[in-house]
Amino acid sequence: MIAMLNAPYVIGSYVVTFGAIAAYAWRLVVRARRTAREIPAEDRPWT
Amino acid sequence: MTPDPASKRPTSTQFSRGLGAAALVGSAWLLLFGLFLSPNDRVQKTGVRIMYIHVPSAWLAYLAFIVTGLSSAAYLWKRTRSLRWDRLAGASAEVGVLFMGITLVTGSLWGRISWGTFWTWDSRLTTTAFLFVTYIGYLAVRDLGGTHQQRARRSAVLAVLAVLEVPLVHFSVKWWRPLHQQESVAEGELKGLMLFTLFVGLISFTLLYVWLVLHRQRVMEMDDARDDHGLDLALAERRNEALEPR
Repeated sequence: MIAMLNAPYVIGSYVVTFGAIAAYAWRLVVRARRTAREIPAEDRPWT
Repeated sequence: MTPDPASKRPTSTQFSRGLGAAALVGSAWLLLFGLFLSPNDRVQKTGVRIMYIHVPSAWLAYLAFIVTGLSSAAYLWKRTRSLRWDRLAGASAEVGVLFMGITLVTGSLWGRISWGTFWTWDSRLTTTAFLFVTYIGYLAVRDLGGTHQQRARRSAVLAVLAVLEVPLVHFSVKWWRPLHQQESVAEGELKGLMLFTLFVGLISFTLLYVWLVLHRQRVMEMDDARDDHGLDLALAERRNEALEPR
């Protein structure tokens, strides 16, 4: 019973954690693509 | 300027793709062990499962802010003054704020189970919230404008001061005896599968941290390059205007 009562908090904490990390990572990728279109390839020395 | 159509992943390299894959595998392991395979605690029952994400995210936030402090000190050291240090500091602070935010939210949910309340103004929670707000302020200072070197100098000074808060947060449970529990790992209270799951969390969050910082600082480098090109173009236009016969 206790386990059932706590389940929304436990699952909610995992959803918040991985959701926030995924959203941030996605935002990074989108921003990287947008910025890369505005600069020449030589400004990306790692590629 | 010709855009580079080949690049769908402009900040990615073979190393970062491998790192990302390892972080995904680690996260899958964390979900498996954290939610299903690790045992319930005798006292906290299933509530203990929040620990496997709450504690690693707090540790990674500390690590991120320490990296920010160290790279800011490296920037301020006269012989370097390299913007690479500044970008590493900024990227690490941003990812640190993400992990600190996760720490606060998961801690709040865990607190609701353990203490019956989402928030209480005890020393650990209050100092953690203060640390979070400090680094949001640090990120705001980075966005104030000016040249890249001005941004780097002022934010480096702030970061070197702000990192002093990290030991204050960490030792607050020893110094003020708050409602927040003492260190379970250092005291050797965790054993077996619970300890293993916590380390799975720590490793997978560390991989995620490195991946995110790597990509964030590359995006910052591209932002800086774009600003420089914009400035060069503006200067060239002004020069042409001045040279044109009236």
